[in-house]
Amino acid sequence: MNSAETPLHKVRGMGSAHSGTGHFWHERVTSVALIPLSLWFGYAMLGLAGTSEVTALQFLTHPWNAILMGAFVVFSLWHAYLGLQVVVDDYIHTAGSKIFLMLTIRFSVIAVTATCLFAIVRIAIG
Amino acid sequence: MADNPQKPVASTRPLSPHLTIYRWPVTMATSITHRATGVGLSVGAVILAWWLVSISNGPEGWQSFHALSDTPIGLLVVFGLTWSLVYHFLNGIRHLAWDLGYGFEKNLAERNSMMILVGSVVIAVALFALAWTGHGGYLR
Repeated sequence: MNSAETPLHKVRGMGSAHSGTGHFWHERVTSVALIPLSLWFGYAMLGLAGTSEVTALQFLTHPWNAILMGAFVVFSLWHAYLGLQVVVDDYIHTAGSKIFLMLTIRFSVIAVTATCLFAIVRIAIG
Repeated sequence: MADNPQKPVASTRPLSPHLTIYRWPVTMATSITHRATGVGLSVGAVILAWWLVSISNGPEGWQSFHALSDTPIGLLVVFGLTWSLVYHFLNGIRHLAWDLGYGFEKNLAERNSMMILVGSVVIAVALFALAWTGHGGYLR
């Protein structure tokens, strides 16, 4: 068979975008992780509904709850990052706007994640 | 205009039938709703960050958050996020089932779409009803 692909390129299976099925796969991995984490989050939010800041503070001071909230934040924002990338890929076709939006999404996701994690740590040990 | 070849092409060539041509099957509605709720929840992540920061700031921070979240508009936003999370959760599980090859049959896909649309509203309303009737707050 005639092919411009080198055998090494073919066996790596990364294709022209050099990332293969990585984006698709990470979207699935994060969504699977978010099934139990979202159920826990719903349980926590309903359990805190109508309570005072003391309840929320005590709840998040518990190590397990702090860890689960941290995991929920990380997987949610990772999943959101991957999803928002696809939205930009689908609707934005000019290179300048695309790069601008992709950078905005990337920096925003990191900023929100860092803020959440800092607040969780501050609550847990403060 | 070598850097933007789309413009002249789009104006001279016929387009294949697109979104505006077809009647809307319910599967199309659930597809775009999945994306819309995903974008909405991304904005919701900012509110989650704000909520966590407000808790870490002590009583004054908590009060400043609730001064806004307890208003009618604030509650509407919280309800929208609740429904979005329930919807994205249910339809996300359907996406995972599709990835495994299940649920593509036409009538089944339409039935599941209706179930998810109605079910997500029912669950979101039920969660709010539970909170409102004092069945929430069990972590107190």
